[in-house]
Amino acid sequence: MREKEVVIRIENLVKRFQGRPVLDGVNLEIHRGETFVVIGSTGCGKSTLLRNMIGSLKPDSGKVFLLGNDITDLHEDELDDVRMKIGMSFQSSALFDSMTVAENVSLGLIEHTRLQKSVIDIIVKMKLELVGLRGFEDLMPSELSGGMRKRVGLARAIAMDPEIVFYDEPTSGLDPITQGVIDKLIIDLSKKLSITSVVVTHDMKSAMAIADKIAMLYDGKILEVGTGCQIQKSKSEIVQQFITGCHDGPIHFFKQKEDYLDHLV
Amino acid sequence: MTNPIVAIGKTTINFFQNASSVLSLLATTIWWSVFGLFNRKASGSQSILNQMVFAGVQSLLIVFFISLFTGVVIAMQSAYQLRTLGAVIYVAPMVSISMVRELGPVFTALIVTGRVGSAITAELGTMKVSEQIEALETMALSPVRFLIVPRFLALLVMLPCLTVISDFVGMLGGLIVGVFNLGLDPYRYVTFSFNFLTWKDVWTGLVKSVAFATIISIIACYVGLKTQGGAEGVGKATTLSVVVSFILIVVFDCILTGLFYFSNM
Repeated sequence: MREKEVVIRIENLVKRFQGRPVLDGVNLEIHRGETFVVIGSTGCGKSTLLRNMIGSLKPDSGKVFLLGNDITDLHEDELDDVRMKIGMSFQSSALFDSMTVAENVSLGLIEHTRLQKSVIDIIVKMKLELVGLRGFEDLMPSELSGGMRKRVGLARAIAMDPEIVFYDEPTSGLDPITQGVIDKLIIDLSKKLSITSVVVTHDMKSAMAIADKIAMLYDGKILEVGTGCQIQKSKSEIVQQFITGCHDGPIHFFKQKEDYLDHLV
Repeated sequence: MTNPIVAIGKTTINFFQNASSVLSLLATTIWWSVFGLFNRKASGSQSILNQMVFAGVQSLLIVFFISLFTGVVIAMQSAYQLRTLGAVIYVAPMVSISMVRELGPVFTALIVTGRVGSAITAELGTMKVSEQIEALETMALSPVRFLIVPRFLALLVMLPCLTVISDFVGMLGGLIVGVFNLGLDPYRYVTFSFNFLTWKDVWTGLVKSVAFATIISIIACYVGLKTQGGAEGVGKATTLSVVVSFILIVVFDCILTGLFYFSNM
């Protein structure tokens, strides 16, 4: 069987904040068309990894190849050319407050294409139909619920027909039904538009529902990569603790007790 | 405890880094402003118009009142002194020259800093902490071109306009005192006001207002884009932006006055 094209390759990625390594030698390959989910506990560096993948953060060392381009080495203009081929759905939706839903979705098309307004209006309606929000074009972001904002963010992310869509915690802060709707939307978009999806989440239920492949990030490194089934059957205690959500295990929520007295006094 | 020498060193380095970043932002903004003249999308022009209305038209009322009462106060204070010399008519040039050279440009700049500069910082700061700036970058849209250039150009046009209005309204304040309190002939008062004014008074005042517009817009935008840490961060950034702009306006006023009136220009 022919191996699918690698669209994202990360080699020995290291990123430190104030000397503390958040990513400490991450290696990863993501293939065209797959839905790749990065899981890990809160604050483990998932969003930092995502921001390195889209060039918002520069790594301290290592390489990130996005659609064949080493984005750690690119000038801002060249990086913009690569960014035209990707879309990003933010944790907070990041909709532009001063613009309507339609203006949010159409912004990239207006700024980067020479399409006529009538054509852009049709594209906006098509994208909003895909996320189930056709008819909401004239509302302001402040008039939308959390789930609707996420869906508008998604419509904006796919407005330019990107090759890859990145999702930062797409289901966090939503009720279970809306979570299910967003999960289905991610699967549908990947299938209907053949988009490569990279999802960062700590929601295991969502990860299992959408992922072709799951990678567990722990202690700044990728601990394990595999299909949902493989991850569920993993022999790693860390992975098992994360899947089951057990408070007792190798992943420490509290700091070690040995130095507690020293720290107190 | 931090070593005071280390603290001074860090503060100095921080100061120069920020100063160089502000200058770099100014250079980028000027470049995009010039480049944008040949490459302006409809949304950009609309954005500049909106900013001009906000920064200029909506500032008219406060500029009017502050300038009017400033003119009244200068007229009363100078009349108090000049009356002892029997030279009350010289209240007219006193008011006109001090308004056109100094008080018009400086007071208008301080008003606009408080009203517009703070709003710019708060808006950009909120956009920064809610990931909207990052969303723009991910969509390959430059925040400088999209957010800063319209605000910069709007202030560059509107602040000199407001300054001219402030000059006239200040003179009107003086005229009210001159006619109704000091019993001067209105025609004689106006003639005296303008006879003592030179073109140099006018253009130096306008050059100052252009310099102040640059300071207000660039500092407000820079501090806004550097905002970190949620609502508290936005509050702190807004205060910082106003304080830094106030200081720079007064310092540059001093430098420009020295340059225009105490050098061989």
